[in-house]
Parts: sequence; structure tokens; C-alpha cells
Amino acid sequence: MLARLATAALVGLTAHPVGVEVDIGRGLPAVTVVGLGGTAVLEARDRLRAAFGNTGYEWPDRRITVSLPPADLPKQGSGFDLPIAIGLLAAAGWVPPAALEGLWAIGELGLGGDVRAVKGVLPAAMAARRSSARLLVVPQANLVEAALVPGLRVAGAASLGQIGEWLAGRADLGRPGLPPDPSIPSVEDLADIRGQGQARRALEIAAAGAHNLLFTGPPGAGKTMLARRLPGLLPPLEQDEALEVTQVFSAAGLLGPDAGLIRVRPFRAPHHAISVPGLVGGGQVPRPGEVSLANHGVLFLDELPEFSRAACEALRQPLEEGEVTVSRAMTSVRFPASFALIAAANPCPCGHLGDSRFACRCSLSDLHRYASRLSGPLLDRIDLYVQAERLTADELIRAPDAEPTAAVRARVLAARTLQRSRQGVENGRLASAEVAVHCQVTAPARRILMAAVDRLGLSARGFHRALRVARTVADLAGSERVEDHHVKEALSLRHLPIIGDREAELV
Amino acid sequence: MPTRYPADRGELGRRGEALACARLTEAGLRIVARNWRCQTGEIDVVAEAPGLLVFCEVKTRRGDGYGTPAAAVNAAKQAQLRRLAGAYLRATPHRPCRVRFDVVTVVWPRRGQPRVEHLKGVL
Repeated sequence: MLARLATAALVGLTAHPVGVEVDIGRGLPAVTVVGLGGTAVLEARDRLRAAFGNTGYEWPDRRITVSLPPADLPKQGSGFDLPIAIGLLAAAGWVPPAALEGLWAIGELGLGGDVRAVKGVLPAAMAARRSSARLLVVPQANLVEAALVPGLRVAGAASLGQIGEWLAGRADLGRPGLPPDPSIPSVEDLADIRGQGQARRALEIAAAGAHNLLFTGPPGAGKTMLARRLPGLLPPLEQDEALEVTQVFSAAGLLGPDAGLIRVRPFRAPHHAISVPGLVGGGQVPRPGEVSLANHGVLFLDELPEFSRAACEALRQPLEEGEVTVSRAMTSVRFPASFALIAAANPCPCGHLGDSRFACRCSLSDLHRYASRLSGPLLDRIDLYVQAERLTADELIRAPDAEPTAAVRARVLAARTLQRSRQGVENGRLASAEVAVHCQVTAPARRILMAAVDRLGLSARGFHRALRVARTVADLAGSERVEDHHVKEALSLRHLPIIGDREAELV
Repeated sequence: MPTRYPADRGELGRRGEALACARLTEAGLRIVARNWRCQTGEIDVVAEAPGLLVFCEVKTRRGDGYGTPAAAVNAAKQAQLRRLAGAYLRATPHRPCRVRFDVVTVVWPRRGQPRVEHLKGVL
């Protein structure tokens, strides 16, 4: 007998509808799964057999054929266990086939018949909604996630036995409760940071205009502490942004059990030993990388010169376009990657170049190697360079109470509102052609800029970056025009950092 | 129906094959050969109907503690049955006909009656 239902297969971030057809026919006992299933899909046969036995269903000892159309779409993962099991229950005649009409299911089975959480439930729920599914059955632990999609009926299952009873009309499945408390968890506060006036100001500008930022400075200066406080300065996630962030985390399998919508901007700080696919996404079956996990949030690259050259270069596309394309033999997938980049670097391998209290112990060749790790094109895409100074104990104690995050965020939000109404996007994401339109500067400001182009050796891109930053400084001040002092502040945050350069130290 | 329980494995197998032949005859087939041997091995039962030749593997078990009898006909056994069928067709004169592979399983618990199942066209 034949049974039919549906599930979804994840390709990149989107799930595609996949049919599940289960036929029990004459012949020697065997289970065949057709439809380009990967290893985990084929292993469903063994999980299913044990789950059936331990739930008390007799395994149908006949020829079982499972088809997963469309037959030419590769399918990966363990989420096919549950729909195949449901199809098998119906094909074997334990439950009425009518119960499978318009039914979608996704989930993994344990050998004991328990239904285990899988990744990609949110994209699957979106696919089910698009296909007008009557009901989507998900693992109980994924129920909150599935319920995020409006207009879709969902139910959670804890075990195969529960599913069987429900299909036979003798029990009910878990239903989504009230959405969890929408309160936004607390973030680390800027008030914790003493001193660092210029670095704090740069953080504020970066937050207001979506600019990329590089901190340099000796170890212990507080570069990491500063970076961690950027998400708190950014406006809260919009509903569609939050859904997109949650979608990426779901597809990457990073949503915990019973996790709902992610409401906090992500802060990702990958280690510098990360591989290129780990950073920008990849793999035979493309998975999102750190740049996509940082989408709508902050990507923090500590010890930037220690990252592999290939990893740094791979950042160029996402920095320019706000997304990455991962191309593999079988597929080409686009992942969103619109993030604020914060990088931190020591001035040299030992960390003490330019430090007034410690001597630098690096050799000249060490310094050269270190400096050459940062390519010009990457540095060119960073808008703000700031040196974080290490404070003495005395300074730490005497420093006045610092401004808290809430006060700074109020200014950031006001500046962002200005940008939205003027041009629709943040200054940092303004296209080059629009810079000329929206970043008009006064005559004295222009003179200062032109002089800086010569003095700092700014590239055309660097010039545009400086203009964008000046525009943000003006927006923070609530000024319609970009005045000369705005340009001056922008340029003061564009001094090429001292990285591996003893000469620069003396200037 | 047999009343005495088979004494050993050999007898169990032989009595299982007898039950299988009875079932095949019931199904309208005529038994052509039993335990047909060649260099490759042995075919348990060869049966025929007009225009049809059936090669049949008989599996007899005392119970399903080691899996059902049908599950014991694994890929190697299936390949062997195909090879044997080829050898039989080469070795014996016959009219052109369709060929079918069947499995008859017999489960014969110590207490109780044997259960016979006929799986048609399994390969």
C-alpha cells in the first residue's frame, strides 16, 4: 500500500518542498530509499527499524520502497526519519491514510522511538507555509521555532508512539503555547569602560553609520571589551531582521532546544585560526559561515593580522555586498552577510610597539611579516582606525564615571533615523554614486578633505569612506550640512594604524 | 498435517521443503525438480506452470530469534539463486518461458503448527 506526505530539504537557507512516498509491496524484506538521499538519510532505515520495534509496532517484513521527490534534489540530514516513519505507519495500515492529507513532518528518530530536534525547522516551516500545508509536525523541542511562522498550524511530537496514537485519533500532539516573553536580555554596558574617549567615540560613530572599525593597541587596552559593547548601541532587531537571523542560526544548527526568535543582535568572535569556509560559509553542502551568523549584528575579528591571508581576502565580497555566494559543483547558494566589522590588532607580534612602558622585542623581519598580513584592499574597506591606550592604575581610578550605553544609543538611534529618512540606508552602506548626492560638504570642509587626500595618500575608495564617516559625524550632531569640523573628526579617525612599523611610531 | 516435531536440523529442512512443495502445488504449480544440483550449488525446488518456470528457495526456521526466514535470503543468496537458475536453464531442455524467483518460508515452532508463507517474484 502507498502512503504520501511531505517534508522539506534545506538548500542553503531556504527549504524546498519534498514529497515522501512510502510503498509496502511484495517481495523479500528490504528497504530502498530513492531520491538522492545522503548518508544520514539512508541510515534512517536502521533507526526506523529499531524505533518501530521499541515502540511496539511490528516491522513490516516486506519490500519497502521510500521515494523522496523531486528525485534530482540532493537531500541531507536526519529530518526525514519522522515523515518516513509516518508514511510507513500509514502504508502498513496502522493508521488511516486520510490522516496524512496535507500533512508535513520533520524530525529525527532515536532508537527508542523518541523524536529528536533537528536543524532547519524554521526554513522548513516557511516552506510549509508557502505550500499551504494543513499541519506541520515537528519535534517537541523545535515547536517554539516552528510556531514563529504566522498562518501555519504546527504541532510537536515527543515520540513515535505519540504520533501513532494521534494519527489514529486517540491522543493529541503538543500545541504551541503563548510566545515567550519578548523582553530583551541585558547587554554589556559602556559605563564599564573608563577612559578611552576616542575609542568610545569611534564606537558611537560606527554604530550610527554602520561603519567598519579597527582598534589597535597593546594587549589589555580593552579592545575586546569595547567591541563587545557595540551590539548594545545598535537599534533593536526589526521583526524581519530577527526572522532572518533566526533562520541562519536554524540552518546552521545553532538554535538550542525550545529556542524562539532571536531578538538580540548577534556578536560573533571567531578565533583567528578559522578556515575560509568556516568564515564565509562553504562545505560540500553549503553551510553558513561566521559572516552570515553575524548578519544584522557584529563580526569581531580579534588579532586581525593572525587571520590567514585567504580568510581576510574572503571578507571582501561580504564587506562590499552584504552577502556571500558559495559556489560548489552541485549548487550555488547565497547567504546574507550584512554585518558591522570590528577588528582588533596588536601593533606588533609581541604587542608592545609604541608602548611607553614596555620595549618591543620583535625583530624587524617579524614586524615586516606582521604588517604584510593586512592587505591594502582590506584596510581600505575599514572606515575607522582607532588606537586604544592602556590606562595606568591611577588613570583608571581617577577617570570620571563613563556615559552608559542607553545615553549613547539614544544619539545613535536619532542619527540612524535621519539617515533612513534621507537615503533609506546607513551611511556606511551608501553606494558610491549616492555619496556625491547625500554627502555634500561645505567649501572649507572640501579644502581640508583635498589636502588630506594628498597628505594621507587616500585612495578613491578611502576618500569616499572618509566622506561617509564625516556624514555620520554630522548626523550625530544633528547637522544638515557636513561642516569642516565634522570632516576633521572623520579624518582624525582615519590615521593608518601603527602596525609593524617603527617609523610610524616616531612620526 | 505432520504431527511429530522434526528431530534435527536436517529433518527440519527436509520436512520444510515438503511443506513448501505442497504449498506450491496448491498454488497451481507442477513440481519439476527438488534439490537440483550442479557445480554451483543446489536449487531447493523448480516448479512450472504453462509458459512459466519458477525457481524457489525454501527457508525453514524454528523461530524468528535470528530474524525472519525471509530476511535470511540476503544479497549473496539472491545472487546465487540467479546463477543457479542460469545453470539450470543451460543444462535442461525447455521451451522459451518467463522465469520467476519465489521464496517459501516455513516457521515451525517447537509447540504449535508450522506457518508457511509464499513470496512470489522476489528478485
